[in-house]
Amino acid sequence: MYVKTRLKQRGGNIARELVKNKILFLMLSPVILYFIVFHYLVMPGAYVAFVDFNISKGIFGSEFLGLENFEFLVKTGDLWNITKNTLLYNFVFLALGNVIQIVFAIMLAEISGKWFKKISQSVLLLPHFISMVIVGVFAYNMFNFNSGFINTMLVNMGMERYEFYSDPGIWKYIIVAFKIWSATGYGMIVYLAAITGINSDLYEAAYIDGASRWQRIRYMTLPMLKPTFILLLLFGLGGILKGSFDLFYNLIGTNSVLYPQTDIIDTYVFRSLVGQFNFSMGAAVGFYQSVFGLLLVLTVNLIVRKIEPDSALF
Amino acid sequence: MTNTKKEKWDVGTFAIKGVSYLCITAFALACLFPFVLMISSSFMNEQEIIREGYKLIPSEFSAKAYEMLINNSSALAKAYGVTIFITVIGTALGLFMMSMAGFVLNRKDFKYRNFFSFMIYFTTLFAGGLIPSYILMVKYLHLKDSLFAMILPGVVGAWSIFLMRNFMKAIPDSLYESATIDGADDFRIYWQVFIPLAIPSLATVGLFSALGFWNEWYNGMLYIQTPDKFPLQYFLQRMINQTNIQALINQGVVIDTAELPTQSIKMATAVLATGPIILLYPFAQRYFVSGLTIGAVKG
Repeated sequence: MYVKTRLKQRGGNIARELVKNKILFLMLSPVILYFIVFHYLVMPGAYVAFVDFNISKGIFGSEFLGLENFEFLVKTGDLWNITKNTLLYNFVFLALGNVIQIVFAIMLAEISGKWFKKISQSVLLLPHFISMVIVGVFAYNMFNFNSGFINTMLVNMGMERYEFYSDPGIWKYIIVAFKIWSATGYGMIVYLAAITGINSDLYEAAYIDGASRWQRIRYMTLPMLKPTFILLLLFGLGGILKGSFDLFYNLIGTNSVLYPQTDIIDTYVFRSLVGQFNFSMGAAVGFYQSVFGLLLVLTVNLIVRKIEPDSALF
Repeated sequence: MTNTKKEKWDVGTFAIKGVSYLCITAFALACLFPFVLMISSSFMNEQEIIREGYKLIPSEFSAKAYEMLINNSSALAKAYGVTIFITVIGTALGLFMMSMAGFVLNRKDFKYRNFFSFMIYFTTLFAGGLIPSYILMVKYLHLKDSLFAMILPGVVGAWSIFLMRNFMKAIPDSLYESATIDGADDFRIYWQVFIPLAIPSLATVGLFSALGFWNEWYNGMLYIQTPDKFPLQYFLQRMINQTNIQALINQGVVIDTAELPTQSIKMATAVLATGPIILLYPFAQRYFVSGLTIGAVKG
């Protein structure tokens, strides 16, 4: 209200505002310049998806192809395969991830040892701060054929070495396991904050009324976590086309044997850039990802605004 | 919070607590296991790795990999130098830019703050994509093989700007008013009044930013060609994927593997690349956690 009346009173034009607040404009300008150059100038570049890109002719000098790049991607089945993989992985990350985070948040809230609580919380959060390159090192350390830890164990138990890096099937589970490994601590803290926010009088009252600990979790904690859960799930669904490139690239790398079950949109786009130098094909996939991603976020936001207006993004 | 002092220890309570302690301990061990395995692998004798593979408890302790790394440290030291450089410059530059932006966007007398906020926010909803950014960086900004190719893409983040703005919101407006009456201009108010009060928030945002630069490998992989300019994590990634030496051994080319502890060196390099984070983690953790919980509130 205050702002509105002030604005009306002034009713000034841009020039007057520029002079009056020149220092403020100057202070904001580095960040605005950054977003213009590194984000807004990039956006028209998405046009490269509609041409046959030739680096010497530049984006806007290359031959216009219309939707040919997209048609090619649909025909070869590539687009369907990477979309399917991206959706499936992200769905598992979201559903399994959130359930595990909730379970651990509740368990952490239930225990009483103060030091145990503090230390375990720190330890569970630690993987969040490790680069995915290190996660790739961990995988190498455990799964490589000649010297991996698992193979050491197998040989010690009198079994054959197992060639993990040529079995596409097993990497689904390894990828999900590392994702859960790295994301649980972070999500758990968000849910733990929600549990801590629940009024302890409610638990007290339930206890006096004779509710058991399990009943309190089942009928009080869980229902009260539901809004947080739904929100995180919805926003997660908004980003379901965005892949975790870091994780996939560092675990799979350029091992094409594993692609059929581990190739996601982001790794495909990356390969089109460094591998085959097929810029336009990669840009077409990237454009498809951005547009559908935006539509998804807008849809999700509409839904959130219906069920919980305060949490809507805009 | 759920345990009242006089609560009875019935079977259900006992079971829930027991299961909780068990599961959390198990998960915590699973979180630590890869680190422990990596560290013990790095202290293994090369012969033992080749004969039997990486072990959790080596039968013989050897610091040869670390010796090798320290004696032939030029490549690793350069990678360390690059990472420290981009971390320091990137974090400092980012903090300066973002705190100024946060200060301005919080000013109620700044007319276009909503417009600029939306301009920043929109970039989180729609991105041009990897290929157009790559073309921009290489063809138009000529940043191929420049250290700034690793600094600029991550120097400023929309989320961090809104975090700064929200922190600035907590600083009372009356301070700003009294400073204006004293005749200070906007930049002085920002620098001498707001920055000293915003130090905890600068620490939070700065730590996130520094962590991002320390873990940087992606832009290094995309844009850097000269090995001397590889950041630490990318240096490590290349090392892990390098199988040349192993291939030579397989082909029967004689290499004295005792002289060249390839397998333990890989792990020792990883230990040295992670070390600073693990060492700083206990001190930095509370800033991270405060950032995480504030970040959960929308920008």
